[in-house]
Amino acid sequence: MTETAAEKGTWTVKKGLAEMLKGGVIMDVTTPEQAKIAEEAGACAVMALERVPADIRAAGGVARMADPSVILRIMDAVTIPVMAKARIGHFVEAQILEALGVDYIDESEVLTPVDEKHHIDKHAFKVPFVCGARNLGEALRRIGEGAAMIRTKGEPGTGNVVEAVRHMRIVMGEIRRLQNMPREELMTAAKEMGAPYELVVEVARTGRLPVVNFAAGGIATPADAAMMMQLGCDGIFVGSGIFKSKDPKARARAIVAATTHYNDPKILAEVSRDLGEAMPGIEIATISPEQRMQDRGW
Amino acid sequence: MLIGVLALQGAFREHQWSLEKCGAQTRQVRKPRELDGLDALVIPGGESTTMGKLLKDFDLMEPIKKLARAGMPVFGTCAGLIMLAKHIRNSTQETLALMDIEVERNAFGRQVDSFEVDLHMPWLGKTPYRAVFIRAPYITRVDNEVEVLARFNEKIVCARQGRFLVAAFHPELTDDLRLHRFFLNKIVNEQI
Repeated sequence: MTETAAEKGTWTVKKGLAEMLKGGVIMDVTTPEQAKIAEEAGACAVMALERVPADIRAAGGVARMADPSVILRIMDAVTIPVMAKARIGHFVEAQILEALGVDYIDESEVLTPVDEKHHIDKHAFKVPFVCGARNLGEALRRIGEGAAMIRTKGEPGTGNVVEAVRHMRIVMGEIRRLQNMPREELMTAAKEMGAPYELVVEVARTGRLPVVNFAAGGIATPADAAMMMQLGCDGIFVGSGIFKSKDPKARARAIVAATTHYNDPKILAEVSRDLGEAMPGIEIATISPEQRMQDRGW
Repeated sequence: MLIGVLALQGAFREHQWSLEKCGAQTRQVRKPRELDGLDALVIPGGESTTMGKLLKDFDLMEPIKKLARAGMPVFGTCAGLIMLAKHIRNSTQETLALMDIEVERNAFGRQVDSFEVDLHMPWLGKTPYRAVFIRAPYITRVDNEVEVLARFNEKIVCARQGRFLVAAFHPELTDDLRLHRFFLNKIVNEQI
């Protein structure tokens, strides 16, 4: 055997894990018990947190990376991938998460940003990153910084999917717009979107983002998940929607089934039955501008 | 030639692209009746626990086993390899149990240990094969009936038992179509 050395942390390997998560549901969990419930329900990964977004929103103050022991206990409890959140711009929290061995880092607006101008240089890490985006320019800036997966921001912890729908429609609409542009207009489009030119050209040519794009922020029901899939996303993050509902086990299973069978209303009708109450929702207009998490990130 | 790609979760789209580039027609399979009339089935990479659960919940386990035993070729990559194995180490997870192999899940470690490497597989040609391993399993034990097709660091990462082919890595993530072609030309064609 004359094999060359194995290369770790390459772009293919980082992006590849996100490809494997497609069509699946990633669930926020705060304890090993919740992580097991998520795994048994068919989650393709979990996000290890100290508090779910709804509780972070209620608590106010500064939200930070979770205590490493919380994350490690969850990593021990399940065999599916475990993600964890770092604050926007906090490259040392990211270094710590990488040292813990988490499978993906979410540089997340759910936590309080530490840098009001810059995100983490994600190329500097072997562990892959997912980042939130409200529009194509933001998505391509994050990919330019090294994000190997994108998700909508939505408005986390609200149980209201309206913002995730808005963000998905904006991204898909902007992709369609680029596809129809003659090449000489792409530089101006890149300038206006604040996006790297090479990535703009790539999106115009392929008609899709160069990485996997999940929906996140406000998904609370199987119908929400299926709608986001029909709008063109590759998979689903559910934050507070599962463990803030009346019957987390049943809801988790139903959202997993709805994400696979998003195009089959009969199955959606079946899995939506008898789930108990969903998490309490918040009307977006009642949230004051400084409490909106989606505006965090640059 | 119509190849089904199990589309419950994972990288099914990439397998479709690779198969279509090889000239095959493809169909996504999420329900038992979508198995009708297939010449072969591909089980993609993804999360094996998720896939196993959905296979059971949507009554696909038995129909796939039945078709496979009756002669349908199956190609499984990563999670698909796990689904084809009769035994999984330290797990009671239910699988399709089509191949006499024992596998260990996440055997190369977590995502930070995921890697790509050139494998020498002379039966595919002289050029090395760029293999992408993501939280990958490997095969820990094989029966006499099983042909070992590739190893990395002594670990078995590609194998064949009759019309069943498995890889611990992801041929669907690269432009190298040789493994898909091998499955279509050497396994599926000979069954039809």
